[in-house]
Amino acid sequence: MGLKLKALLKSPWVFHLSTGSCNNCDIEVLDCLTPRFDIERFGMLLKGSIRHADVLLVTGSCNRMSAERLKTLYEQVPKPCLVVAIGECSLSRGMFIHSYNCPVPLDHIIPVDVYIPGCPPKPEAVIAGVVKLIEKVGGKKGD
Amino acid sequence: MGKRTTIPIGPFHPLQEEPEFFTLTVEGERVVDIDVRIGWNHRGIEKLSERKNFDQSTFVIERICGICSTSHPFAYTMAVEDVMQLEVPDRAKYIRTIIAEGERIHSHLLWAGLAGHFLGYNTVFMWVWKAREEILDVMEMLSGNRNNYAMFKPGGVRRDIDDDVIKPCLAKLDRIEATLDLVRKAVEDDPVLQARTKGVGVLTLQDVVDYSALGPTSRASGLARDVRKDSPYAAYPMLDWKMITTENGDVYDKVILRVLEMYESLSILRQALPNLPGGEIDANIKSVPPGEGVGHAEAPRGEVFHYVRSDGTNRPVRHKVRAPTFMNLPTYRESVVGETIADATIILAAIDPCYCCTERVAVVDGRGRRLHDGTDLVELSRAKTERLRREMGGA
Amino acid sequence: MTDRAAVIRDITERFSEDIQRLDDVSHKRVYIDIETGSLVKMALYLFEQVGARFNIASGVDCRSHIEILYHFTVEDINLMVSLRVRLDREKPVVDSLTPYMKAADWIEREMNELLGIEFTGHPDMRRLLLADFWPKGVYPLRADYEEWDDSAVRDRGV
Repeated sequence: MGLKLKALLKSPWVFHLSTGSCNNCDIEVLDCLTPRFDIERFGMLLKGSIRHADVLLVTGSCNRMSAERLKTLYEQVPKPCLVVAIGECSLSRGMFIHSYNCPVPLDHIIPVDVYIPGCPPKPEAVIAGVVKLIEKVGGKKGD
Repeated sequence: MGKRTTIPIGPFHPLQEEPEFFTLTVEGERVVDIDVRIGWNHRGIEKLSERKNFDQSTFVIERICGICSTSHPFAYTMAVEDVMQLEVPDRAKYIRTIIAEGERIHSHLLWAGLAGHFLGYNTVFMWVWKAREEILDVMEMLSGNRNNYAMFKPGGVRRDIDDDVIKPCLAKLDRIEATLDLVRKAVEDDPVLQARTKGVGVLTLQDVVDYSALGPTSRASGLARDVRKDSPYAAYPMLDWKMITTENGDVYDKVILRVLEMYESLSILRQALPNLPGGEIDANIKSVPPGEGVGHAEAPRGEVFHYVRSDGTNRPVRHKVRAPTFMNLPTYRESVVGETIADATIILAAIDPCYCCTERVAVVDGRGRRLHDGTDLVELSRAKTERLRREMGGA
Repeated sequence: MTDRAAVIRDITERFSEDIQRLDDVSHKRVYIDIETGSLVKMALYLFEQVGARFNIASGVDCRSHIEILYHFTVEDINLMVSLRVRLDREKPVVDSLTPYMKAADWIEREMNELLGIEFTGHPDMRRLLLADFWPKGVYPLRADYEEWDDSAVRDRGV
C-alpha cells in the first residue's frame, strides 16, 4: 500500500465535500485554485467525481443528514484515500458541539489523516497542511 | 405526453459549498417540475443562541453563512438595539457600513466568478476571483481577517479602523474597479453571454410578490425594495448612493444588477472611508431589558431578519433567524419550470442561493436505467455556450 | 394608505373584534395580539389590501403556551406589523396561511417540525430541515427538549 500511495501523491486528485458548514472553509479551499495560490502547479486537481479522488478534503460539522451521505460516499472512494479535515467544525465541531443536529465529530465517522485548524484556515494554511500530508506519507517506508 | 424522467442533483459537488438536493423532473429537454430538499446544513443555531449570552452570540451568528458573514451579526445587533431602542454612535455606524459594503463586493464577485464558471467562461472565474483577493486584503487590513470579521457587537463595533490603513484600502479599491470595468464590458458586449442569459429563467413581478422574494432576485424583476433605502440604518442615509433595479427578471438582469451594485458599493466605501466621524465606537451596553426586537439588514442576497426576545437576563429567550435565501429558494418553481436542462444550472445559480448549486447529475429513465453516468449538468451548460459561440461565428 | 396613523386606525377599526391588544412600541414597530381564529383574514388583509410584504413567522415556546408572531412589513412607511397568536401548548393548532400565501409555505413546515405546531390545511407538510430518521414527536425548539441520542458526544475528549 505504501508504494501505491506514494505514486498517487505525486499528483493528488482532490475531492472536496462539505458536511454542513458555513462555507467559509469551502471558499478558502476554492481560493487555492485561483491565481494567487494556484495549487494546480503542485499537480493538485479538484475533481468532480469521488471515484477519482486520492485525497478527500472535508469541512463542516457533520450534521445528521450529511453524516449519512458522508458514510455512503466514503465507501465509494477507492482506497487508499487520505482524509484531510479542514476548519474547526470538522476537527471537533467547534462551537456547534452542543447543537442538537451535530452529534459526533468527523473522526468518529471516518478516519482522518490531517487536521488543519482555523476558522477559516487561510489558503496558505490549507496548502501547508496538504504539503505536510504528502511529506508525511512520502517519508513512510512501504507497508 | 412525453416520457418523464427524474434527475437528482446533489448534494455534493466540487464547486458547491453548501449541499442541497434538487430533483428535476424532465420531459425530453424541458424541466416540468422541481423539488428542493434542504437540511444538510442545519446546525441548530437558533437553539444554540439560547445558551449563549448576547455578546457571545455574535460569534456563532457570523458563522451562519460565510459569504454573508457580516449581515447576520448586523441584523442581530440591530435587533438587540431595537429591544432597547438604542442608537449607536456615528463612528460605529460608519464602520459597520464599511464592513458591510466590503462584504457585498466580495460576495458579488464570488457569485460572478461562479456564474462565469457555469456558463463556460473559466477565464472570468479566474479574473474575478483574483480581484476578490484584493477586497479580501482590504477586509484584512480593516478587521484582521479575510472572512469572519468579528467586528459587530450589540452597542457598536469591537475594533476601530486605523487612519493609516485608509489610503492603502482606497488604492486597492481602484484596482477592483478596473476589474469591474472589464467584467461589465464582457457582460454588455458578449452576444453569446446575452444569448445564454436574456429571457432565461424569468421571474415575474407577480411571482416575486407572491413568494415575498428579496434582494437582487426581486429588484431584477422591477420591485424596488432595499432595506437600506426602505428602512435606513447605520450610515446609509448619510451617504449618496442609488438603488439598482431592472425590469425583466431574467438571468441577464440579475448579472448586470449585481455588477452595478458593486459600483455603488465602491462609491459608498470611497465616501465613508476618508470621512469617518470621530467619537466612540461602542455604546457600552451593560444589560438588555426585557422586551422584543427586530433587526433587518440588506445582505448581498436580500433582507436578513432577526427577531430577539429578552427576559432581562443576559441570554435571549428566543432568537429567530431568517436568511434571504429561505424566501428566494421556493421561487425556483416559477423560474426553472419550462426551461431546458442546459439552462437549469445558471438559473439555479442566479438567485445566488447561499451556496453555488448544481452537482453531479445522474440521468435515469423511468425504469431506473442510467442513461448518462456522471454527466455534469455544468458540462451541459458549457456545451450549450460552445454551441452558441460556433453558431454566432466565434464571438 | 400613506401614513402610519392611517394604517393603524384602519386596522383597529376594521378588526376591532379580533384584536385583543395593540402595542405601539415605536414608530417602526407595532405588535398586535389577535384571536387565533382571525389570523387568516387579518394576514390576508395585510398582504393583499395593504400590500405589506410577509417577512417571516417566528414561533416561541413560552412554557405556559406557544406563540407565533407573523411579521409583515409595510415598506412604503417603514412600519413592521407583527400579529401575535397564542396557542395551547398541549395541542398547538392554527389555520395554515399557505393556501392563500405561497410565501408562508416553508416557514410553516419548519415550525411544524421544530416546535410541533399543526397547521390545518397545509397542502404539503413534509420535513424541511430535520433528517427523516429524526424521531417523531421530539421538537428541538421546545423549552423542555432533551438529548435523546445516546451516541452523541458532547465533550471534546480533552
